[in-house]
Parts: sequence; C-alpha cells; structure tokens
Amino acid sequence: MDIQLKRGLLDVCVLAAIRSEDSYGYKIIKDMKPYIELSESTLYTILKRLEAANMLTVQTAEHGGRLRKYYRITRAGEKRIEEFKADWKEILSIYRFVTKEGNDND
Amino acid sequence: MTKIEFVLSLHQRLSALPSGDVKERLIFYSEMIEDRMEEGLSEEAAVASIGSVDVIAAQIIEEFHTAKLNAKQKKRLRAGEILLLVLGSPLWISLLVAAFAVVLSVYVSLWAIIISLWTVFGSLIGVALGGIVGGVIFAMGGNLLKGIALAGVAIACLGLSIFLYYSCKAATKGMAALTKKAALGIKNRFSRGEEAL
Repeated sequence: MDIQLKRGLLDVCVLAAIRSEDSYGYKIIKDMKPYIELSESTLYTILKRLEAANMLTVQTAEHGGRLRKYYRITRAGEKRIEEFKADWKEILSIYRFVTKEGNDND
Repeated sequence: MTKIEFVLSLHQRLSALPSGDVKERLIFYSEMIEDRMEEGLSEEAAVASIGSVDVIAAQIIEEFHTAKLNAKQKKRLRAGEILLLVLGSPLWISLLVAAFAVVLSVYVSLWAIIISLWTVFGSLIGVALGGIVGGVIFAMGGNLLKGIALAGVAIACLGLSIFLYYSCKAATKGMAALTKKAALGIKNRFSRGEEAL
C-alpha cells in the first residue's frame, strides 16, 4: 500500500480507537487488532504525530500503583475523522469506476 | 528477558539518539509490558510479545533518521519557489540593485560630510596660524591695533577648530564603527547561507 495512504489510514484508525473514551497504548493496539496489526513503535510514532497536530492530548493517571498515559481525542481529531469519512465516499466512487473499467476490459 | 533487561538493552542501543526522546520511548515500552503482565502474561512472555530489542532499536533509529531527513528537505527550496525566483528575477534584481545604490549613496554622502568637516577644521587651523603670523607682522610694522585684531580673530579660529576637532573625531569614529558593524552583518549573513546549503 502507498505509504502516505497507509499513514493517513493509521492516523484515523488510532483517532477512532480513542473517540468514544480515553484510551492507553496497549488497549489501542488490542482494539485495532481485528482490523489492522500495529507494532508498538509504529503506534508511538502515530501518537506523537497526532499530539503534535493537536488531534489528541495526553494525560498521565495512576493505575494499579503505577503511571499510565491516557490519550484523549480533541475537536481537531474528531474533525479529521469526519474529513476521512467524506473523503472515503469519494474514494469509493473512484474505486467503483476503476473496477468497472477493469470488468469491461475482461 | 525481564522488563528491566529489555529497557536497559533498548536504552543501550539508542544511546546515539536525544536522551529526552529515548526516555519517553522507554516509558512507553515499559508501560506496554506492564499492561500485558496485568492481563495475565508472565514477565518473560510479555517482553517476548513486544518483539526483539534489535529489531525495535533498528526501527526507532530508522524512523529518527527519516524524520530528520524530512525536516531537512522541508527547509530546502521547493521547485515552485525556485521557478518563481527565476521568473521574478528581472523585478527583484533591479529592485535589489536600486536599494543597494540608495544605501551606498547615503553611505558615501555621510563620509563626504565628515570629509568636509575635516576640511573646515584644516582651514580654521590655517586661518589661525596665518592670523597669528599676520598679526605679529602688523604689530611689528607699527600697526598695533590691526595686529591685535588679526591675532584675536586667529585665536577665535583656533578655539573653534579645537571644538570642531572633537566633533570630527567623534563623527569619524561613529562612521567607522557603523561600517564595521555593517560589514560583519553582511559576512554573517553569507556564512549562514553557506551552512544552510
């Protein structure tokens, strides 16, 4: 898959994983697992990128006698998901056009 | 491998990277291991599920270099900007030359003012010396009043020249300092430009 496209998809997936409630690193990976496999180092990079773009904020909270980082989506992050949904409709219609052309040639 | 061993080993392999970034990553991995252990995995199994330290370290180092390279490339001029610079050159080069000419003429005029002030100073000294000599000659020739008047004017000129000397000296010093500052500024700008390339 094209790197830029994959990067954009992963960003939106991580945002979707924290949309309904604040989440932490391991839970994000677990929640995404049925759809896409993500390594820890990739997740770290995505979280950093989204934080720099103000699409999420990080809070450290105590959990079971240790500290854990929780990620919370911002309005900009929610907007990104909405943009992705709008873009996707367009991509789907292009996909349908491309596959239709393929069928005609067969 | 235990969690501590994993973290220490990763830390050792990332020693060439900025310490703040490395520390944050180590905390991240450590949290990931602890979360797995909380789910029921043994420490060894939790560490093993994260993956090999060598692979992770190599991945992080590669990511770091890619990010660094991207930041560098962003700094460079894009093709569009270069095209715009070339197309706009008849306009901006002439404007630049005009601006340079204005600055240069102001600079030369300032030096011209200083040179004329020094010339006035020279003439005052000349008048003073001539007046004193003339006054003495007049006085010795029997024209005492004329001699005293001439010597008086000469002394007044001498006084004025002393006052002018300090003014000229200060103005020359000021201009020299300004020239030095401007030259240093231009030099720094150019050397910084070379570094950026």
